Amino acid sequence: MDDDKIDKIINKYQGDASSLIQVLLEIQRENRWLPKEVLEKVSKKLKVPLSQIQHIATFYKAFSLVPRGRHEIHVCTGTACHVRGAPRILDAIHRTTGVGPGETDSDLKFSLETVNCLGCCAMGPVMVVDGKHHGKIAPAKAEDVLKNYD
Amino acid sequence: MPRINSPAELEELRKDILLKRDQNKPCIAVCTGTGCLALGAANVVTAFKEEIKKQGLEAKVDVRETGCPGFCERGPLTVIYPEEICYLQVQPDDVEEIVSQTILAKKVIDRLLYVDPITGEKIVHESEIPFYKNQMRLLIGNNTKIDPKSIDDYLALGGYSALSKSLFEMTPEQVLEEIKKANLRGRGGGGFPAGMKWETTRNAPEEVKYVIVNAHEGEPGAFMDRALFTGNPHSVLEGLIIGAYAIGSHQGYIYTRHDTPQLIDNIAIALTQAKEYGLLGENILGSGFSFNVEVHLDIGIFVSGESSALMKAIEGRTPEPRPKYIHTSVSGIWEKPSNLNNVETWANVPPIINRGSEWFSSIGTEQSKGTKLISLAGNISNTGVVEVPMGTSLRKVIYDIGGGIPNGKKLKAVHIGGPLGGSIPESLLDTPVDFDELAKVGAPMGAGGMIIMDEDTCMVDVARYFLNFLTDESCGKCVPCREGIRQMLKILTNITEGRGKEGDIELLEELSEVTRDASLCALGGGASNPILTTIRYFRDEYEAYIKEKKCPA
Repeated sequence: MDDDKIDKIINKYQGDASSLIQVLLEIQRENRWLPKEVLEKVSKKLKVPLSQIQHIATFYKAFSLVPRGRHEIHVCTGTACHVRGAPRILDAIHRTTGVGPGETDSDLKFSLETVNCLGCCAMGPVMVVDGKHHGKIAPAKAEDVLKNYD
Repeated sequence: MPRINSPAELEELRKDILLKRDQNKPCIAVCTGTGCLALGAANVVTAFKEEIKKQGLEAKVDVRETGCPGFCERGPLTVIYPEEICYLQVQPDDVEEIVSQTILAKKVIDRLLYVDPITGEKIVHESEIPFYKNQMRLLIGNNTKIDPKSIDDYLALGGYSALSKSLFEMTPEQVLEEIKKANLRGRGGGGFPAGMKWETTRNAPEEVKYVIVNAHEGEPGAFMDRALFTGNPHSVLEGLIIGAYAIGSHQGYIYTRHDTPQLIDNIAIALTQAKEYGLLGENILGSGFSFNVEVHLDIGIFVSGESSALMKAIEGRTPEPRPKYIHTSVSGIWEKPSNLNNVETWANVPPIINRGSEWFSSIGTEQSKGTKLISLAGNISNTGVVEVPMGTSLRKVIYDIGGGIPNGKKLKAVHIGGPLGGSIPESLLDTPVDFDELAKVGAPMGAGGMIIMDEDTCMVDVARYFLNFLTDESCGKCVPCREGIRQMLKILTNITEGRGKEGDIELLEELSEVTRDASLCALGGGASNPILTTIRYFRDEYEAYIKEKKCPA
């Protein structure tokens, strides 16, 4: 990630320390993960100790301190999806891709995250791949969907 | 947009907006709430716009992208005004027919209507579908009538008249008194009287005070606040400004999650429009009262919804709760008095001011007034957002509105209140939706998430599921919560993996008690609720699971 982009994001918040989470979120959105050098830069610019930034960056699972896969899989494991069989979807994804929740495969193809509620419980269980929703999905169907990505 | 400088100018503008509108002009309202969008509503909207252009009807027909009316089960939902014809599961392929048949030829398309599962009768109008008919939709009912991105739509329905009334016909004390008399209780989970909370912040000695909208909604399986706030953002904003006036605050915060893009957009647009009209910012409506709002986007894990944690996050720090010997209403953000209410609570304020506390308190039960939004999900025929008067029985919500349990299965339990709530059995279905009655049976209402579970659900697994959720979401600051939940989860996992042993149930009960009593905040305090209620009502299932190494369900 180049310096200009980071500067632009930080400047947007006028270097205000209370906007730390927003800044990290925007960087994560642009770059998909938070490299160490970037965190050091944020620390300097916002005048927030690196330890405090690490505290925030490791506290939330939405932040990644390692590179992410090309495709993001989100599986809803909210209560409604859970009682409708979300754990079986996770098993199926693990069979196809070899990754569990919070993991990325070694080819950087897929990253898998569980989410707590997507707000579309009528479709449960739900799997989202790169923003596309697959609702009322059966384990076998989940495996089929993932085969279409490279 | 012209700035409005007095109540008279506001009414003038409202008259203008209404005059320019032809009530008989056909309008196609397509739901673009989270549920319908996931089902492809965006393509339906595009198809309608293209078809209308193709037919040269742009000046004659409106297409409105609305918030969620609630019937997520049958999305994408489309309502055709002025006739209020409700079409379900509309796909882009249906669009041409709807425009030519319904809009132009004024004919109803039978196959897109709701069919009553019992009588087989087809129902044309939205309000006659049992899912809607059995509700009282005071807050969410306007969602299909407005485009959330249009302040004029909100004004056309009488929007901001409560704000104008508060600022010009009432003193802050009178507003506060009205909310207290209405006995509006916080919808976020605690059920604490909003008026008393406001008063504490108002009376706190500091000059600077804050008001906050809690739009975090971290409870899995709950999506009603998102539906309301995304679909009708001005109703929440108006409530917030009125609250700020009563409390004497000039700075507000809206706390919401970064992963709700539509909600974020709609809030931003609403704030801009309200500012342009002079309904927000300096000297609101020429009254001399000034108030600004800042949006705080957060990642929002479950504990972030706890008031002191949420306020830490607004300061840019990790959301760890603090002991609350001093309430946040006295010492909150930057140690200033901060009044926090959730989305639904704020949205209740304008109708109370407009129609009076007597009207409001005529709805509901002795101690729980008004309506309650519920998100109904799980093993239920009609998943969706439901609004009922307090006092409505769970049976009515599940069967008359929710349409019962699908696939011919039997109801086993209802889980209310999310991970800090409880599961109650079929025999308690006549319990009313009421803060105190639900707490008595061990299932405090929480924010209003209701998960229906059929006979195939294993209750030990349900308890394990919630504990697993809570170990991830606990901030880890205090030992009873961090370690207590982990140990209880260990025992539950052992049971569900066939390693349960005698004495496990008693140990769970003991740990539950310690975690409840010794934890710092409500997360640890309520973490054992799912365990305690499932043991209380389904103890035989635990015993069988331990003895036979598998769940009877």
